[in-house]
Amino acid sequence: MAEYKRPKNEQEFKENFKQKKSLMNDTQAYIESSRCLFCYDAPCVNACPTGIDIPLFIKQIQTGNTKGAAKTIYDSNWMGNACGTVCPTEVLCEGSCVYNNQNVEPLHIGRLQNYATMSVIKSGKKLYSPGEENDKKVAIIGAGPAGIACACELRTFGYSVDIYEAKAKPSGLTVHGVAPYKISNEEVMAEMDYLQNQLGYNIIYNQAITSKEQIADLEANYSAIFIGVGLGATAQLTMTGENLKGVHGAVEFIEELRMAHSDIKIAKKVVVIGGGNTAMDAASGSARLGADEVILAYRGEKDDMGAYGFEYDFAISAGVHGLFNASPIEILGKNKVEGVRFIKTELANGKLTMITGSEFTIECDMVIKATGQAKQGSLLCQIDGLELDNLTRITVNPDTNQTTNPMYFAGGDAINGGAEVVNGAYDGKLAANGIHEWLTQH
Amino acid sequence: MNTKKKIDLSVNFAGIKAPNPFWLASAPPTNTGYQIMKAFEAGWGGAVWKTLGVPTINVSSRYGSTNYRDTRMVGFSNIELITDRPLEDNLREMTEVKKHFPNHAVIASLMVDTRQEWEDIIKQVEDAGADGIELNFGCPHGMCERGMGSAVGQEPEVLKTIVEWVMEASHIPVITKLSPNISHITDPGLAAVQGKTDAISLINTIKSIVGIDLDSYAPYPVVDGKGTNGGYCGPAVKPIALNMLKDLMKHPEIKNTPISGIGGIENWRDVVEFILLGATSVQVCTAVMHYGFGIVRELESGLVNFMEDKGYTTIYDFAGKALPNVKEWKHLNLKSQVKAKINEDKCIGCELCYIACDDGAHQAIALTAEGGRIPTIIEDNCVGCNLCALVCPVEECITMESFGDGKEHETWNELTESDRIPNTWNDDRAGGKGHWVPEPIDALKAKRKDKSGWKK
Repeated sequence: MAEYKRPKNEQEFKENFKQKKSLMNDTQAYIESSRCLFCYDAPCVNACPTGIDIPLFIKQIQTGNTKGAAKTIYDSNWMGNACGTVCPTEVLCEGSCVYNNQNVEPLHIGRLQNYATMSVIKSGKKLYSPGEENDKKVAIIGAGPAGIACACELRTFGYSVDIYEAKAKPSGLTVHGVAPYKISNEEVMAEMDYLQNQLGYNIIYNQAITSKEQIADLEANYSAIFIGVGLGATAQLTMTGENLKGVHGAVEFIEELRMAHSDIKIAKKVVVIGGGNTAMDAASGSARLGADEVILAYRGEKDDMGAYGFEYDFAISAGVHGLFNASPIEILGKNKVEGVRFIKTELANGKLTMITGSEFTIECDMVIKATGQAKQGSLLCQIDGLELDNLTRITVNPDTNQTTNPMYFAGGDAINGGAEVVNGAYDGKLAANGIHEWLTQH
Repeated sequence: MNTKKKIDLSVNFAGIKAPNPFWLASAPPTNTGYQIMKAFEAGWGGAVWKTLGVPTINVSSRYGSTNYRDTRMVGFSNIELITDRPLEDNLREMTEVKKHFPNHAVIASLMVDTRQEWEDIIKQVEDAGADGIELNFGCPHGMCERGMGSAVGQEPEVLKTIVEWVMEASHIPVITKLSPNISHITDPGLAAVQGKTDAISLINTIKSIVGIDLDSYAPYPVVDGKGTNGGYCGPAVKPIALNMLKDLMKHPEIKNTPISGIGGIENWRDVVEFILLGATSVQVCTAVMHYGFGIVRELESGLVNFMEDKGYTTIYDFAGKALPNVKEWKHLNLKSQVKAKINEDKCIGCELCYIACDDGAHQAIALTAEGGRIPTIIEDNCVGCNLCALVCPVEECITMESFGDGKEHETWNELTESDRIPNTWNDDRAGGKGHWVPEPIDALKAKRKDKSGWKK
């Protein structure tokens, strides 16, 4: 029997996708915040990509100044609430907590952060107001973490901001691309509404920027443009059978999972191909949707997977089976997928090598490819003077996030090739400061 | 073969016998015979009944506390007065308790006004079977406004007179309980001894305001939007109690009077410390109000374990053993030197020692170069103040190590007698002369600083 039953309704879906980092109650927050040592030059702050003053906000929670705690968080990170739950805190702030050095449980920083931000979001108390309006307009392409952070920061300087978003909801991967047990749609939207209500930027939904004409329009109407387009659809493997019915991209699968919840129909036996964090989310998600069997197939050694160890452990705890040193060579089936043909691999002289004659087949009725996302090269190539590196990432000045076309700034997955929400939030804020500096000088 | 000496915890405190020195202080836990019977059953050796007198009327609410982080009731304040129950109910229950526990100590705390009242009530508690009397000259709230409690404890002459009345009337041992709300505890202590008290107990609660409610702007505990000062007790007051106990035990005319120690006692270590300063019974209230009577199991186990380890059979074997080591400052050895040492294997890199020393003490700890987080002690600059060891969150990570051969000995007193103390503003003999301190401007040049705001 599978670990989870198929969820038939929203209630059952919520139980299967119970929040991994649940919201703390007042007592939990009080006791947990008491443990913080208030380190000097705290390692947790240095480990946070946005440099949140963690010991300060924890002390503020401890002393009943929860609103002040939320302000400390948002002053550094406009995606403060989302990052509390979706950040890989185990390898960032919590991973660097000095308590680890004596095998004492590290502070639950992410959950404390969430406690502070959710309190202020629920209360509706405003922390910010827009800066004095100036006559300059900035366009933002993409309402993901980078775009939203950029918009918030720009509004505090007084710029008018229009965000063009291809999808129907803001926050990018936060609501579309991370597993539902990390954060609920409602929680993501609550933060999005909270920020937009205070700072008043415009978001134009279902408005993908794809053509040369649209780009020309933006350039004519705005003083600066921020590119926060993230990455594209799941990359093609160029493998036989890839287009069979029942073969899905991981990013698309998770987006459907986020939007359809219990309406999504999972197959009986699922093979997930890949070893990154998205593969773990797809595998864990499949298991929680009640698939009879979920096999996570990675072509290399277990220790070489890109995913964090805790993400793999979490997938295993949902009933996923790991299959290592198995490289897919063909997806089998007539009209729909019937199995995957693999070849075994081994490490020889430090190189992953296929073992001749070791081919084997695993039958299944669904395949999820978690093998990376395509870049947004088709859009980016249409912008004059925009330099891309050999991995199709936009080249930026790391101090300002300005691109090689001075009116364009960029951030998030479009410049780093795929990272965390927190990195996008940092980039957007940095770019907004870069835009402000550039527009003030020009 | 068991070679352990038989440990006997029983005490004879100024003629009051009890199976052990763990007594309940006169307070809410001793309000009824029910509570005291329950306490004796749990293992307490004695109880001082909640103060008897003309029954009063109490307010609601009555208690407030000082919390430190998630630790509740580090300090505790109350504005509850003496018993509000009729005397006959208390006395009937007292007799019943003594019937069930004839070998346990039941002491009647008393607070009344006139000499006639003192004589009346003493007769009644003696008839009820009390083993002793404790005179409540301590409560710093409510009763003192009516000329009783600490109003007596703060006037040594009045105190002495009342003790004399009581001694004349009483046929059972009398303990005089002192108020700490006074500059020199030896003044009322000496008055009690001169009044011929059999024993002393201390401290009663300290006059206090534990906090202000930030919405009603009234002190805790808030009674219909108003408040009053309370009596402070709990773990926070232990250092004050120990010092007052020491003052009495070092006084030549008081030191032979048995003293029952009170003030913030919660665990066996506290008990041992009070005994080491001369107490021969201890009284507990706040810890019981927090955790119930069951904590006596920890007190007894810890005390027995300590006595086994040290080879003592009764508490009298070590009572007062710390007293010879409590000196005036001027007799401390100025030549003794300790310096901090950091155990690198234990250090977790919180750098609290660094910032405590740099901001709060003597700039004797350095941060390591880029990357490392284990600070180092600048030995030449370490004055041996202990601050780093006190703030370090890791058990035995920072230790204070003795320096030198320990043979040199010189005290302020000796320097004074031989006219060698600094006596001009810029005296070459100043202790801190030549001690390196950073230049003021260095404060603005620090490479690593307290963080605030967004990291760009």
